Amino acid sequence: MTAAPHADIARLRRTHPQLFSRPLSEKLRDWALWLGFFALLGFGLWWIDASPMRLIAGLNKLGLLVTLMIPPWPGDGFWEYCQAMLETLAMAFLGTLIAAIVALPLGFLGAKNIVPNWLFHFSLRRFFDAFRGIDGLVWALIFVSAVGLGPFAGVLAIAVGDVMIFSKLFAEAIENTDRKPVEGVRASGGGDVHVMRLGVFPQVFPVMMSHVLYFFESNVRSATILGIVGAGGIGLQLSDRIRINNWQEAAFIILMILVTVSVIDAVSRRIRAKLT
Amino acid sequence: MSTLPPTASPMRPSTLDERLTSFNERYRQQKITHRNWTILYGALFLVALAGSVFVSDFSIPKLVKGLPMAWNYIVGTMPTLTLENFWSDLAEWYWGLRYWLRLLVETILMGFVGTVLGGVFALALCFPAARNLVESTGVYFAARRILEFCRTVPELVFALIFVFAFGLGPFAGVLAIAVHTAGSLGKLFAEVNENVDPRPIEGVRAAGGNWPMIMRLGVVPQVLPNYASYLLLRFEINVRGASALGLVGAGGIGEELYVAIRQFEYTDISAIMLLLILTTSVIDITCEFIRHRLIGHSLTQSA
Repeated sequence: MTAAPHADIARLRRTHPQLFSRPLSEKLRDWALWLGFFALLGFGLWWIDASPMRLIAGLNKLGLLVTLMIPPWPGDGFWEYCQAMLETLAMAFLGTLIAAIVALPLGFLGAKNIVPNWLFHFSLRRFFDAFRGIDGLVWALIFVSAVGLGPFAGVLAIAVGDVMIFSKLFAEAIENTDRKPVEGVRASGGGDVHVMRLGVFPQVFPVMMSHVLYFFESNVRSATILGIVGAGGIGLQLSDRIRINNWQEAAFIILMILVTVSVIDAVSRRIRAKLT
Repeated sequence: MSTLPPTASPMRPSTLDERLTSFNERYRQQKITHRNWTILYGALFLVALAGSVFVSDFSIPKLVKGLPMAWNYIVGTMPTLTLENFWSDLAEWYWGLRYWLRLLVETILMGFVGTVLGGVFALALCFPAARNLVESTGVYFAARRILEFCRTVPELVFALIFVFAFGLGPFAGVLAIAVHTAGSLGKLFAEVNENVDPRPIEGVRAAGGNWPMIMRLGVVPQVLPNYASYLLLRFEINVRGASALGLVGAGGIGEELYVAIRQFEYTDISAIMLLLILTTSVIDITCEFIRHRLIGHSLTQSA
């Protein structure tokens, strides 16, 4: 392939200017967007009182903390931490399970092909969406106030935080079912129970399980920090160690969290890959 | 689960009867394998369930006792709104609106600045973390591990440590968000990079471009819409996360919520939560709209 001669390019530029430069209005709009973006960024940085001096001073202090963390050492609390970690896993597991069980009927209610009322469907979906706006930690704080300190509050917080998202995902899974197996079962003489068991369930179950496993993964992550507000698990130990300036043990707990989360992720990814 | 034995005889079974028996045999074996797997998974599940119940000392009586308590608490946070003087009741409920709005703006700004800073770091790290764009395995490995570390340590743990190092307030919170965002966005960006079409890259290389030029001219134009989409998604998540950071003293509306919950100022709790829900819904809907505009409907649905 040979390059087009320069004269050719000049001619093309004259005859088709729109191919070489965009219209002025578009350029102006882009500039305005970038200007707005940087103005907002500058305003944000000013608001949070960011300055290079502060950053450098903080980084110095952070460096000091890191030297204090090395080497990570469990002290004599190793078994205590292991137990707290198990508690974290248990909270994530039970919370996810309860959320999934509660979300199952809600998912059927929210599915367009089960309840074909448009208004009902729309408002229920918005309701599901709205609850995502609250972070799990806020739920934990509320449940600690309501039912007292301990892992039970954590289980409830995880369950409540996830129910609405599960409902939405389940509803979508149910909506995406193929009609053909359902009709096939019905055509060969199956009743409603057969249709559910043989037509709908095999399509929906793997999708739901995959969602549940995925949320279990992410709940293990969030359960590690719920303890900070007193909802049990490893987070309580971590925030205690940081509060009393025991950085070696804090670093050890962070490492424990890293390892546990990676192991859970790897296992759950395996199972999910097998499911779908 | 492909443990089907090949048919025993070297000759193909020809009669209908033989074929049927061979099919039945294989079907039976499939069923047995399937049932065994189901039993194994079921047993694992039951063990996990029993273990969890034991460790977290969760029990049905406790649930039965605890749920009404939680419900009473939630009902207790509801304000008394009467129809006669609705507006004055509303004003009383939202007595601190101006202060809360200020904190809400701070929360959104924290999410925004954190996303931008994290995005910049992610952008710097995502090219070396993509398998197809770097030759040296060491660089790839190091970039991947850094991203993994930033992503796996929870945002709140970073916030706890940063509050010590940088002092109380939103600055520490923004940095915590930025570090965590760099980790998760970097991974997503790197995955986008790994799926780019290699032909433009080869084109730039053939025309004599060096590594930064290849990235700028061969890769970035292909991946920019996906980057923008992920950034917007992350912004939504970060605003939600920023609202929780206040609980450890890292700025935003979480601080006020923490005070309200700890001091049992019931109606304040519901007022702030409602504000939060409204804000995040508006941001979600806006971002979703922009995302659809950016990369088209079909892409967002499949992703």
